[in-house]
Amino acid sequence: MAPQSVSHIDMYESTPPLYLLPSLTNTSTLPQRTLVRMEFGGRRALRRKRIQAEASYSSGLQFYKEPPTGNVSLTEFDEMAFERLKVLRAVERLNLSGYIKNSEEWITKLYEEFAKNKFFIILAEKNTKSNTDEVQKARRQDHVSHFILRLAYCRTEELRRWFIAHETDLFKARFLQATRIGSDIRNFLAINNLHYTSVPFIDALELVRQRKVFLKQGYAYVPETDLATLVTSSFRSKLSHDMTTTCRALPELDSDERLVNLLHDFDQRYTGKDYSSKKHGDTCRITPDMIDTLANKSFPPCMRQLNDTLRTTHHLKYNGRVIYGLFLKAAGLNLEDALFFWRSHFLKNMDVDTFDKRYSYGIRYNYGKEGKKTDFSPYGCIKIIMGNIAPGDVHGCPFKHSDVAILRQRLVAYKVSNQVIDEIMELVNKRHYQIACQRYWESIHGVPIDAGINHPNQFFEESQKFLNGGVQPSQGKKQSEVKTTPTFMYSSQSSTQSSTQSSTQPSTQPSGGNTMTVSEEIDMYFDDDIEAAMLEQNSCRED
Amino acid sequence: MPPSEGYECDMFPDYVAMYYKRIFPYNQYFRWLSYGQDLKQCFQKREFCFTLADDVYVRFLSFKDQEDMEAEIKKRCPHKIDIGAIYNFRPKDHKTVTVFSPRSKELVFDIDMTDYDEIRICCSGAEICNKCWKYMTIAVKVLDSALRQDYGFKHILWVYSGRRGIHCWVCDASARMLSQAARSAVAEYLQVVKGGDDTNKKVTLPFKLHPSIKRAETIAKKYFTEVVLEDQDMLGTPERWKKFLKHIPDQGLQDTLDKLMPQCSNSSQRWNIIQSEVTKAINKGDKKSLKKNLLTEIILQYTYPRLDINVTKGLNHLLKSPFSIHPKTGRVCVCFNPQKADEFNPMNVPLVR
Repeated sequence: MAPQSVSHIDMYESTPPLYLLPSLTNTSTLPQRTLVRMEFGGRRALRRKRIQAEASYSSGLQFYKEPPTGNVSLTEFDEMAFERLKVLRAVERLNLSGYIKNSEEWITKLYEEFAKNKFFIILAEKNTKSNTDEVQKARRQDHVSHFILRLAYCRTEELRRWFIAHETDLFKARFLQATRIGSDIRNFLAINNLHYTSVPFIDALELVRQRKVFLKQGYAYVPETDLATLVTSSFRSKLSHDMTTTCRALPELDSDERLVNLLHDFDQRYTGKDYSSKKHGDTCRITPDMIDTLANKSFPPCMRQLNDTLRTTHHLKYNGRVIYGLFLKAAGLNLEDALFFWRSHFLKNMDVDTFDKRYSYGIRYNYGKEGKKTDFSPYGCIKIIMGNIAPGDVHGCPFKHSDVAILRQRLVAYKVSNQVIDEIMELVNKRHYQIACQRYWESIHGVPIDAGINHPNQFFEESQKFLNGGVQPSQGKKQSEVKTTPTFMYSSQSSTQSSTQSSTQPSTQPSGGNTMTVSEEIDMYFDDDIEAAMLEQNSCRED
Repeated sequence: MPPSEGYECDMFPDYVAMYYKRIFPYNQYFRWLSYGQDLKQCFQKREFCFTLADDVYVRFLSFKDQEDMEAEIKKRCPHKIDIGAIYNFRPKDHKTVTVFSPRSKELVFDIDMTDYDEIRICCSGAEICNKCWKYMTIAVKVLDSALRQDYGFKHILWVYSGRRGIHCWVCDASARMLSQAARSAVAEYLQVVKGGDDTNKKVTLPFKLHPSIKRAETIAKKYFTEVVLEDQDMLGTPERWKKFLKHIPDQGLQDTLDKLMPQCSNSSQRWNIIQSEVTKAINKGDKKSLKKNLLTEIILQYTYPRLDINVTKGLNHLLKSPFSIHPKTGRVCVCFNPQKADEFNPMNVPLVR
């Protein structure tokens, strides 16, 4: 890392606030060193002050308020980013392995992992009076690598979502760890101007949502123990906001091929399969008459349940229709067939006219033919697991949302052996829903699936692949991943709308050119196609 | 509700026309939706949606002022009027602008009697009667107190939807400005009954009860005997009490209670036995699955308001306007006083005829 970083700044004092400024524009020579300066906001008056503040990192924990300045070589650039990615992957792996997030156990495991791999995090958090060079260097790496990944991961909605989710987890883990070992949290809070005890309830939404704070007249009274949640949510909303800003600024970077390639490479290298951008040739086509057979053989329990309900009652409530409709779409059912399929069921309860008026719009909407005209992507496991289930709904993850007795009954009906059922129940008990589903997959196919289950469509495809070709499910994956273990982008794909938008029209800004506010973005995690919901609202008022 | 007596569907368009011509409270309605602000910033950017004959929806309507709105309503005679959000541009021009998004709206809640089907025996679907309507009374009391005491909201409008539900419009300036994330947090804070048809026990509470839950329990307890045990007779037949006992997460205790049930003659007695047996078992403490708050959880499952939270979460969600007519019943969406929710009788709501 270049120690002379500060002195370089003055050279650019007169240039317009660029977001990334390579020192040499002649890219043909591909120099080893490039100047990287990430500047968001461009309030030049404040700059000098800011740089001084950055010159030394007084806290092991950072809020990443300001981008770093100074020299970074291309190799360093790549290495730093790669190491941070490994850290985030470690967080992801741990989350998927079923530990309860933010539990003591989880943090201990995570830090064991960090120590084992000698990640910079450990060094950066070292608490020494003297703040040695090494510690400072690690903290700087923490700082710089975070901002590099912001660049690599700001491009599309789903990359952003993945990055924000895992950076937030990492931050919370580090905050909790700092609390645990008694680091100077007060100092960190003071530096970053964070003050909490009684706050307007809108500043403690996560705690309000879970009924974890006392509310009075619109103010939330936050206990000391829940500080982490508040700080984390500020972290999250700030990051989320900054990511959209970064994305808007990204075109400025296009002139530097070296960086563009590096950054592009990043999400190419490490992203899992994307169900939203699937071309039509990718999947085998399925037709309505195949659905019942496929449902029994290859559908995950959540979808099988929806199909069973549809078969017996010839109706699904709104969310069920959306989830099942999108699943079928991604499985290869085309629009005409989808209309035929839903109509054939619904007509047992209503006449053609009613169906066309109330339901065909929704189906066409799923396929991007109505309203917003977005080609929506199917829901992943996380989104289904996190979903809200109301009385009368049959969608959701059966491993999470069904009562144990009902789940057991159903598994018996699916001809799962008693021994496996007991294993699954054990997993469900520990809240390892996806692993339970994986166990179910393995039991019906009789082979292990290393990639795990992260998406209903992945469940279906792996099953089809196995049944039709006899391919061992895990092999196909490993070829495509070079450096890391199978990634789990399926799970972060929970959103639908903007991801597809940005992938189809890369030139526009996120979310189809809307200036997205932080809250909107967070909320999309829970609640996307509002327009469809609204439509539903209109029609179901009369149901 | 079955079509009200004297209500003829065929004549509906004529009735509505008459209603809009003579009765609709344009002035008060307009004053409400203007909030004393500049028309350009507020009223003119408000989305209205008309439902015309044959379920034709016309979305993204907006009006210049009271006269414009009045003329348009009288001209088109919508069977139903919905209110949407205030947008960054006039909704009627929404196709001419690139960025068109909702900016603010009242915080709204929607409760539908349909969601109570599993805990009522008197009616189902869109029907309501004075017995099951008491669930709505409980809902009003619980929600109204939470909104006022916990969130400090003051301007809360309660409306009967015209058929089988109620709406709540929180109109405080701070509520109207809430982001989508905030709405979703508030909605989930107020959603205690969760889970679909595959979940028997839909209420799960932590060991330490949140003050808002305690308050809801106090309100619910006042009604529990009358509504759940007497009117709905939820322990009245073996089938019903078997369903009820499923909320107790211990098979042994379920069986014991199942055997005790036939000895009693009515629901109240059976509930007393359940209470005492469950308390005994909890105090004994040898069954891990029995948590301290089990009885509260059961009471709340049978009484706590069942919100359609998607309506609350969506900033641009449409909701049927107060003073609109319900096309199926002909009843007017009237406002009512939450303090006197007990006295409100949906059967006495005026209808057009």
